[in-house]
Amino acid sequence: MGEFKKPVSEEEFDKNFGQIKPLMNQTEAHLESSRCLFCYDAPCQTACPTSIDIPLFIRQINSGDLTGSAKTIYASNYFGNACGKVCPTEVLCEGACVYVEQNVKPIEIGRLQNYATDQAISENKKLFELAPENGKKVAIIGAGPAGISCACELRTLGYVVDIFESKEKPSGLTVYGVAPYKITNEEVLDEMAYLKEQFGYSVRYNEPINSKAGLEKLEQEYDAVFIGIGLGNTSSIQLAGENLENCFGATELIEELRMNHHKVEFGEKVIVLGGGNTAMDAASESAQMGAEKVILAYRRSKTDMGAYEFEYDLAKGVGVDGWFNVTPLKIVGNGKVEGVKFARTEVVDGKLVQISGSEFTEPCDMVIRATGQSKQVAWLNQIGGLQLDGGNRIVVDVKTFQTTNKRYFAAGDAVNGGMEVVNAAADGKQAARGIHDFLS
Amino acid sequence: MPDISSNLAGIKSPNPFWLASAPPTNSGYQVMKAFDAGWGGAVWKTLGVPVVNVSSRYGGVNYRDSRLIGLNNIELITDRPLKDNLHEIEEVKKYFPDHAVVASLMVESRAEWHQIVKDVENAGADGIELNFGCPHGMCERGMGSAVGQEPEVLKTIVGWVKEVSTVPVIVKLTPNISDITVPAQAADEGGGDAISLINTIQSLVGVDIDNFVPYPVVDGKSTHGGYCGPAVKPIALNMLKNCAQHTNVNLPISGIGGIENWRDAVEYILLGATNVQVCTAVMHFGFGIIREMIPGLENYMVEKGFDSLEDMRGKALGNVTNWENLNLKHKVIADIDEEKCIGCQLCYIACEDGAHQAIGLTENNGTRVPHIIEDNCVGCNLCSIVCPVEDCITMVRKDDGTEVVTWKDRQEEGSAPTTFNDDRAGGIGHWVPEPKDALNKK
Ligand SMILES: Cc1cc2nc3c(=O)[nH]c(=O)nc-3n(C[C@H](O)[C@H](O)[C@H](O)COP(=O)(O)OP(=O)(O)OC[C@H]3O[C@@H](n4cnc5c(N)ncnc54)[C@H](O)[C@@H]3O)c2cc1C
Ligand SMILES: Cc1cc2nc3c(=O)[nH]c(=O)nc-3n(C[C@H](O)[C@H](O)[C@H](O)COP(=O)(O)O)c2cc1C
Ligand code: SF4
Ligand code: SF4
Ligand code: SF4
Repeated sequence: MGEFKKPVSEEEFDKNFGQIKPLMNQTEAHLESSRCLFCYDAPCQTACPTSIDIPLFIRQINSGDLTGSAKTIYASNYFGNACGKVCPTEVLCEGACVYVEQNVKPIEIGRLQNYATDQAISENKKLFELAPENGKKVAIIGAGPAGISCACELRTLGYVVDIFESKEKPSGLTVYGVAPYKITNEEVLDEMAYLKEQFGYSVRYNEPINSKAGLEKLEQEYDAVFIGIGLGNTSSIQLAGENLENCFGATELIEELRMNHHKVEFGEKVIVLGGGNTAMDAASESAQMGAEKVILAYRRSKTDMGAYEFEYDLAKGVGVDGWFNVTPLKIVGNGKVEGVKFARTEVVDGKLVQISGSEFTEPCDMVIRATGQSKQVAWLNQIGGLQLDGGNRIVVDVKTFQTTNKRYFAAGDAVNGGMEVVNAAADGKQAARGIHDFLS
Repeated sequence: MPDISSNLAGIKSPNPFWLASAPPTNSGYQVMKAFDAGWGGAVWKTLGVPVVNVSSRYGGVNYRDSRLIGLNNIELITDRPLKDNLHEIEEVKKYFPDHAVVASLMVESRAEWHQIVKDVENAGADGIELNFGCPHGMCERGMGSAVGQEPEVLKTIVGWVKEVSTVPVIVKLTPNISDITVPAQAADEGGGDAISLINTIQSLVGVDIDNFVPYPVVDGKSTHGGYCGPAVKPIALNMLKNCAQHTNVNLPISGIGGIENWRDAVEYILLGATNVQVCTAVMHFGFGIIREMIPGLENYMVEKGFDSLEDMRGKALGNVTNWENLNLKHKVIADIDEEKCIGCQLCYIACEDGAHQAIGLTENNGTRVPHIIEDNCVGCNLCSIVCPVEDCITMVRKDDGTEVVTWKDRQEEGSAPTTFNDDRAGGIGHWVPEPKDALNKK
C-alpha cells in the first residue's frame, strides 16, 4: 500500500496535497523577519529573476508596514504571491541567502513574500497609480505569467490592454501545471482577480488566436502584439504503445488533475518516464493520488537528471521509487497499458548505450510521459518574419523582448524554452517596457 | 500621498529624516550619498578645533541574536580640518539646495564661536546645532555635556552664537542630567530656535573578563563612553515628552535616540518631535534604511488620515499625564488564547515568581496551556510581555469605563491609605499564598 489513500472528496484531496509552503502566521512572520540581516547588495535579491528588494520587504514586514512590503514585492513582480509559493527558492533567493554560508537555515523568503502579499490581496489594497490612458492599444496572446505581467506593466504606463486566452482561467501553467501541493487553485485565482481589478486590463477567455486571419486582425486593431503562449503539449517520444489507453502526457494529465482534483482516476501502479521537474511532479502527484506504487524511470543516471535535487527529494518523500539507467523500449498492452518494456543503459565512451540482453518488462496500469513540452512551431510560423532559434524558441532582443517582426514582442516559456513562473513574470514585465519604448 | 516635508524652526527639508551628527556625516561624500538615497537632512559631524581620536572606539551591546541593540563610543568631534569640511558643505548644498545641511559646532571662546558660526553660514549651512551633549572626552575639556549640564553657561553660549548667527540655531542637549527641561529652558531663554535631544548617555558597555578591562579597550585601558542605539529610545522619548509638555519650553524639537524604522519616527512625532535624527541605525545598516522609513511613514499617515506632519505632531502628548491622574477603576485581566499557546509556561513562571501567582498550570490532562486565575490577576501585563507568541495573551478590559476615580480624587476625598496597616490599601484584597506553601512546590 502506498502512503496515501485515494482521495474521494475535496477534503481528502486537500489533505493528500498539503501545502509545502503554508501561509505564515504572525508569530512566524515576526520571528523570521527579525532574523533577516538586511544585507547590503543582498545576494538573495541578485538571485531573484525579478530582483525584488528582499531585505526591504522583509524589514517592512518586521516594522509592521505590510502595505509597503506588498508594494515593494509587486513593484518588481506581479506574480508576487504565486512566486512566494511556487518558485524553486532553494536554488534562487533562499539558496543565495548569506546564512547558508554558516550552515544556518536561510531566511524563508518565499513564505514571507506570500505573507506580505496575501494581506494586500485579501484587503484588495490599492498599491499603484495608473498613468492616464495614452490612446494606444496592445493585444496580448496568452494569459500566463508572461502575458499578465506584461499587461499589468503596460497598464501602469497608460496602454489599453486586451488579453486573448484560449482557456477559461488566467495564470497559464500556474493554475494548470504547477503541482497542487505548491499552491491551490483559489490562491492562484485570487491573485489574478486582484491584479485584474487593480490594473484593469481585459481578458477574453476561451478565445484562442489560432489563424493567420486572427493574427492579422490583431495587427490591424492594436499598436503592438505580445506573444505569451508558452509551450505546447507533451512531445511524443515516438514510442510504440504511446496511444494506449492510460498512457498520458504529463502536462495534460496534470492539467486534468488541477481542474478536477479527486475526480481524476490514477492507476494502482504508475510508471513515470522522464527526469525533469515535471517528471518529479507527476510522480509525486501519482503517489498523492493514492497509487500503490510509483516508479520514476530515467534513462540516465541520477546525477544526470534535469530536475532540482529538492524536487526529487520531495518525490522520494511521498514514496516514489527512482529507477535509473533504464530506457523504455515500448509501452505494452492490449488496448490498455499493461506495462513498459525497458532496457538497461550505461555510458560507454561518453555515449548512452543499451546493455544488450538486459531487456525486461515492468507491469503497470498507467504510464505518464514526462518527456518535455513541444514548441508551437506551426502556430508561430503564421507570423511573417518571426525568427525561431535552433531549439524553436522565439528569437528576441535580450533587452526589449522585441521579436524579429517589429510589431511583435514575446517572453516566457515560448522564448526561454521553458523555465519558471518567475522568469516569465520578469521578462513579461520587461517586455512591456520594450513595447513602451517602441511605441513612444 | 500625504505631505511629509518638514520645517524645523525655518530649516526646511523634503522629509523629517535627518542624519544625526556622527560618523555617517563625517564627510561630503557620505552626506551626498545619504541625500541621494533619500535622507532629508544631515547634521554635520561636530566641527571645532579638530581632535585626535583613539583607535578602538566602539563597544556594542548584543542581546542574544540581536546585534547592536546599544552602541557605546569614545569618539570625539571631527578630526578633519575645518576648511575641508566647509568646502564639502558648500559642495553638498550646490547639489542639494532643498535638503537641510546643519552644521554641528563645538568650540570654547566667544571669539571662536563667532568665527565658526560665520564660517559655516558662509559655506551655506541651513542651520547650526550646538553640541552641548558629548558626554566623554570633550566634557573633560569643559565642552560638550559640561556645558549641557550648566544651564547658565549654556544660555551664555547660545547668546554668543545668536549675536552673529542668521540661520536657525538648534541646541543639542545631553541626557546626562536629572531634569532635561532645565537646560531646555535655558536654551529657550538664551534665544535658541530649536532643541534636539538626546545626545549619548554615559556608559560602560561591558568588561573583558579575561583581561579585566571594559570595552572598548585601548592598549589595556578604557574610559566611559556615550551610549546610543535602540536601547536608549525609551529614555529619549521620556525626555522628549518632558520638554514638549513643559510650558516654559516653547521650541520645536528634533528627536534623536534609537530611531531605526518608520514606527520609531512616528512615536517621536506623536510625542511632539518636529523631525527626527538617526545615527546608530545608519552605522549598522547604512543609508538604505531610508527605503523602509519613508513609505512606512506615508502609509501610516494615509491609514490615519493625516495630511501633513503637523497634523500628527504631539497627538500622544495629551495622553501622557501624571500618575495621580490615572483611573484606578480601570481593570484589565490577562486572557490566554488556547489555540495559539505553545505551552512554554513562561507566563506561568513570570507571574508565579515575579508577579502575583495568578496563573495556574492545568495538571494531568495532557495540556501545557496555563490558565489565568482571574481573582488573583492584578492586570500588570507581565505575562503578555513575556509570551513569545504574537497576540496570544491579551489584556481584556473588565470595567465598563463609566467609573473614574484617581489617586488625586482619593486624596482629595480622604480615602487614600495613610497608615502602615491601612485597610484602604490596594493589596488588601489580593490573595497571597502562605510563605510556607513555597516549600511544598517541587
Ligand atoms: C508540470 C509543470 C510544473 C511546473 N511547476 C512549476 C513550479 O513549481 N514553479 C515554477 O515557477 N514554474 C513551474 N512550471 C513552469 C511555469 O509554469 C512556466 O514557466 C510558466 O507558467 C510560463 O509562463 P508563460 O506565460 O510563458 O506560459 P504559460 O504559463 O504556459 O501560459 C501561456 C498561456 O497562453 C495560452 N495560450 C496558448 N496558446 C494560445 C493561443 N493560441 N491563443 C490564446 N491563448 C493561448 C495558454 O492557454 C496559457 O494560458 C511548471 C511547468 C509545468 C509544465
Ligand atoms: C560614534 C558616534 C559619534 C558621535 N559623534 C557625535 C558628534 O560629533 N556630535 C554630536 O552632536 N553627536 C554625536 N553623536 C551622538 C549622535 O548624534 C546621536 O545623538 C546619538 O547617537 C543618539 O542617536 P542614535 O540612537 O540614533 O544613535 C555620536 C554618536 C556616535 C555613536
Ligand atoms: S541574504 Fe538572507 S539575511 Fe541577507 S538580506 Fe537576503 S534574506 Fe536577509
Ligand atoms: S569598520 Fe572599517 S574602519 Fe572600522 S575597523 Fe572595520 S574596516 Fe576598519
Ligand atoms: S507564555 Fe504564551 S505561549 Fe507560553 S505558556 Fe504562556 S500563554 Fe502559552
